[in-house]
Amino acid sequence: MTDSKYFTTTKKGEIFELKAELNSDKKEKKKEAVKKVIASMTVGKDVSALFPDVVNCMQTDNLELKKLVYLYLMNYAKSQPDMAIMAVNTFVKDCEDPNPLIRALAVRTMGCIRVDKITEYLCEPLRKCLKDEDPYVRKTAAVCVAKLHDINAQLVEDQGFLDTLKDLISDSNPMVVANAVAALSEIAESHPSSNLLDLNPQSINKLLTALNECTEWGQIFILDCLANYMPKDDREAQSICERVTPRLSHANSAVVLSAVKVLMKFMEMLSKDLDYYGTLLKKLAPPLVTLLSAEPELQYVALRNINLIVQKRPEILKHEMKVFFVKYNDPIYVKLEKLDIMIRLASQANIAQVLAELKEYATEVDVDFVRKAVRAIGRCAIKVEQSAERCVSTLLDLIQTKVNYVVQEAIVVIKDIFRKYPNKYESVIATLCENLDSLDEPEARAAMIWIVGEYAERIDNADELLESFLEGFHDESTQVQLQLLTAIVKLFLKKPTETQELVQQVLSLATQDSDNPDLRDRGYIYWRLLSTDPVAAKEVVLAEKPLISEETDLIEPTLLDELICYIGTLASVYHKPPSAFVEGSRGVLHKGLPPRTGSIEGPESPDTAPSGEPAADQPSVIPTQGDLLGDLLNLDLGPPVTGPPMATSTVPMGAVDLLGGGLDSLIGGSGSFTAAPSSTAPTNVGAPLGSGLGDLFDLTAGVGTLSGSYVAPKTVWLPAMKAKGLEISGTFSRQVGSISMDLVLTNKALQVMSDFAIQFNRNSFGLAPAAPLQVHAPLAPNQSVEISLPLNTVGSVMKMDPLNNLQVAVKNNIDVFYFSTLYPLHILFVEDGKMERQMFLATWKDIPNENETQFQIKDCSLNAGGDGHSSTALGSCASA
Amino acid sequence: MIHSLFLINAAGDIFLEKHWKSVVSRSVCDYFFEAQERASEAENVPPVIPTPHHYLLSVYRHKIFFVAVIQSEVPPLFVIEFLHRVVDTFQDYFGVCSEVIIKDNVVVVYEVLEEMLDNGFPLATESNILKELIKPPTILRTVVNTITGSTNVGDQLPTGQLSVVPWRRTGVKYTNNEAYFDVIEEIDAIIDKSGSTITAEIQGVIDACVKLTGMPDLTLSFMNPRLLDDVSFHPCVRFKRWESERILSFIPPDGNFRLLSYHVSAQNLVAIPVYVKHNISFRDSSSLGRFEITVGPKQTMGKTIEGVMVTSQMPKSVLNMTLTPSQGTHVFDPVTKLLSWDVGKINPQKLPSLKGSVSLQAGTSKPDENPTINLQFKIQQLAISGLKVNRLDMYGEKYKPFKGIKYMTKAGALKRQIEELWWRQH
Repeated sequence: MTDSKYFTTTKKGEIFELKAELNSDKKEKKKEAVKKVIASMTVGKDVSALFPDVVNCMQTDNLELKKLVYLYLMNYAKSQPDMAIMAVNTFVKDCEDPNPLIRALAVRTMGCIRVDKITEYLCEPLRKCLKDEDPYVRKTAAVCVAKLHDINAQLVEDQGFLDTLKDLISDSNPMVVANAVAALSEIAESHPSSNLLDLNPQSINKLLTALNECTEWGQIFILDCLANYMPKDDREAQSICERVTPRLSHANSAVVLSAVKVLMKFMEMLSKDLDYYGTLLKKLAPPLVTLLSAEPELQYVALRNINLIVQKRPEILKHEMKVFFVKYNDPIYVKLEKLDIMIRLASQANIAQVLAELKEYATEVDVDFVRKAVRAIGRCAIKVEQSAERCVSTLLDLIQTKVNYVVQEAIVVIKDIFRKYPNKYESVIATLCENLDSLDEPEARAAMIWIVGEYAERIDNADELLESFLEGFHDESTQVQLQLLTAIVKLFLKKPTETQELVQQVLSLATQDSDNPDLRDRGYIYWRLLSTDPVAAKEVVLAEKPLISEETDLIEPTLLDELICYIGTLASVYHKPPSAFVEGSRGVLHKGLPPRTGSIEGPESPDTAPSGEPAADQPSVIPTQGDLLGDLLNLDLGPPVTGPPMATSTVPMGAVDLLGGGLDSLIGGSGSFTAAPSSTAPTNVGAPLGSGLGDLFDLTAGVGTLSGSYVAPKTVWLPAMKAKGLEISGTFSRQVGSISMDLVLTNKALQVMSDFAIQFNRNSFGLAPAAPLQVHAPLAPNQSVEISLPLNTVGSVMKMDPLNNLQVAVKNNIDVFYFSTLYPLHILFVEDGKMERQMFLATWKDIPNENETQFQIKDCSLNAGGDGHSSTALGSCASA
Repeated sequence: MIHSLFLINAAGDIFLEKHWKSVVSRSVCDYFFEAQERASEAENVPPVIPTPHHYLLSVYRHKIFFVAVIQSEVPPLFVIEFLHRVVDTFQDYFGVCSEVIIKDNVVVVYEVLEEMLDNGFPLATESNILKELIKPPTILRTVVNTITGSTNVGDQLPTGQLSVVPWRRTGVKYTNNEAYFDVIEEIDAIIDKSGSTITAEIQGVIDACVKLTGMPDLTLSFMNPRLLDDVSFHPCVRFKRWESERILSFIPPDGNFRLLSYHVSAQNLVAIPVYVKHNISFRDSSSLGRFEITVGPKQTMGKTIEGVMVTSQMPKSVLNMTLTPSQGTHVFDPVTKLLSWDVGKINPQKLPSLKGSVSLQAGTSKPDENPTINLQFKIQQLAISGLKVNRLDMYGEKYKPFKGIKYMTKAGALKRQIEELWWRQH
């Protein structure tokens, strides 16, 4: 006697048979027939033709039959709207039934019938049910409002159901409160601006009381709702945290994670000095660990969230490394996530264990997992410097296994290790070269070629190796082609004599035979560089490159803060804000962490950032493409070397440029300026001997007579996107002996900004604000204010890289923002640097000989262009 | 909230669909099938799959995929927890949860699903309440229903639904009043080749079967409650009381439920009750090797280790193994290269061992993969963490209940032993 018998009649006349049975007089037969209909429905068969016959069975005392008919109605009412009207009377009658179960059932089912004509009839019964004496009916009715809103939002608003729903938040029954919150949240999601959940301390108190008493699901809705509340001060935040903390021990993992979200968000407001702050941090770890012993699907979501939490507050889980070790029967998606977190938690203290684990993983079967494990070893090397050597030797062991994809992956990460620790592990290159032939993936080939190019001078047969790659140039992927081009140019600059032919070949392949614009452009750039000025080419191409930063895949901090507000949601699984992927997210509000209010902010010593979180603690993020471009622009525009000012040659910087040292010698030339007292600056500048000297004196004379020097146009230092709406652009200038920083602050947010303050980190020349940042009136939205901040050079000194890098912290009532900028060195030069010719020569001679280098290039001819060998410069550089 | 649910079997057939809002075409599952195809094994299908208009969240249990369809931003853990609850409910109703049993009870399943969610919001998920609304099918009830014409749908509002103790119905009556508690601990551990523990943790649960009349109020105290610093409770437990006195005070649900689960990870508290010794050697220039494993007890506090099962995935280059066990039975599958040895009880006087020879593929002298040994076992009457119940008291009712507490330790399915490099010891 099982339900499978309902499936057995699959003959042709099935519908006909059912029709007859539905119209039978016998109750029992009717019920059996309806069950058959439902059974067909569950497997997706179309039984809509039976609509009138099924609806006829609705008038019955038998609750099971009634429920079954309702089930049928919900599925098919939409396809038969006219027929569905037949059911309305029964619904309205049922809504008056003395049995609350039947009242609730009726209002619940009615809400599920998405037919306009029925919804009109729904309003009256719904209004009654919302005020029903039985909480079971009220809680069902609350959900029904959300259903109705989904079908006809206007109707809900016109009928005033939203207000009734809001009243239900104060209901005496916690279950009703929870459902009202859930319904309101769902409605609010489609109306982000409606401010439906108008939370205030009173309603928060109600929610917190209901939280203790309602079902686990209700707790989730309430906690998610609480997370949107912005406490007015740290005391309120703490008291909410205290009342939410017990939820961390709930058996339902969704409750736990929602509680974690509330705590993570409100914790932001608590002062770090508070005892409670530390207690709270300690309480967060065990529940997160417990989530990892749940079913794998839950673990996956938990791990994605832990990934965010670890980035925001690494201290919570720093001692829990072991729980992230991979178990052999974890599904692959759990394994990959665990690996990510292992690397994030890797530190000097636990690196030995981590490496031992990773090495194990690298011998497992699953290819994706093994690849990621190998990559992880490389990331450990970059992150924990002390472990680099062990990581490299582990990677070499793995290369010895000759497993193709392991070797390729290892080479890719070794390339990154070279970029982090140059000139340290080159001894392994020989081993890498042995595996050259087995590389078939573009990324690995490109990495290998990069290594060969970068260390061409140490690889005897570098030219042969690269030549072998060149044979199939057109079959390679773009990535490899670009690398090959660069590598051969590097090789040429290092060993010009033997490789001339090779470089010609690759340049012509890249520029003439390729369709790829990137490749062509890069080819032409190299070609022109080489043909115009090989010395410059060498300086540009072989210049020392900045080291890569330790963490390559951190989430950008503002996005991270936003995602912390979305813990436990899909956004946290995808690590994207909901606006980026939720369908029809009708202007989803951007959430942000609340500002810390507890700690006292004020002028402190420049090396501690105002919020007590030193800038150095902020993990550095490798900028995305866009940011990088911004940085480059900054770099270009900071020192005034472009545009008309250069032509006038009245600028010291310009002069330097003319002297052949170029931008690189100034910015990259590093050390020579640290000790330079600004009064003798001109003497430190490399000068050509002979006739050039005269020009130099003319130039310096010119500079001396100027009252003010060149001022670069203002550039945007801090885009509004990164600073919650505050945009800062500015430049530096020097006027009659005083340096100033000219700033424009623009408020692009929707709220008024006030309480501005500024601080500089220690820098190479001790630049510091000479006066506090004066913004007299609060800055209204869309308003800008121009400020000239006087600077002096009496601050503490710390060498920066590049030398003229300045890290700035700006605070307002919203948050503290950090940015860094480059200042032109000429603002440090004094105006009265003029020197007599004799005196200059004497000073020049005072410079010890060992600080002077000379090199001569023969065949000096001044016509630019040529074939790449003709242009020359006679220069010498001296430094004090 | 949760829009629809599809149940899909291993073959990729949708055998049940339920919609709580508008009907979502089953073609949405095509995205799921794609992911299923890509995954090497059913367990590896990712639990969250985006599609252009919906998100598919799935759990895989009892060889069935439970796929929930959602349309807007919903906490995924909420959905996944709910899906697990659905599975548990089916299991509770029908004893097992399988495709056959679901198809056999399709109408009950459908009715239950309808009660569990309303418009995607959970409505009644406690099995106590559900069973009052929709009575589970039993042969007796089917017979009675056919004769009397009554139904298995309750027509009264479940009593527990709105009370302060929603997990318990009123008017419970038993002739024998009993309360049983099972303390079950599972050890997960990773041990490296030298025998030292890399990680070891205990997942413990206390499952209860309480059949008591009326509204009993129970308190359970432990000899050593400080072991429990990382716990999750059933909602019935009064958290305040636990915080202040370390006593579990609760009005229990009726029937079977999980009172609490806990986690002991402090290394010094986790003792591993068995050890494995292995010895493998290869002669050079020969594809034959010696193989020996011995299993023995340690720190079992005098209790017997039973149900011992040793499995190990051998490297691909192993052709065959000729082994003799001192007790139990063993199987080596030359196709999957899985060695399993059903040891049974461990007698400490005569330790079980498995000896013999391994033959490798001609030409390979050492396998390059590192096999692991997985161990399963059970110890009755012992909670390896040392957790002990002190006393159980009942208030609020006058009768004297029968009380029982059982302990058991198991190896989690997760125990593994890394035998790194042991193939190279030739």
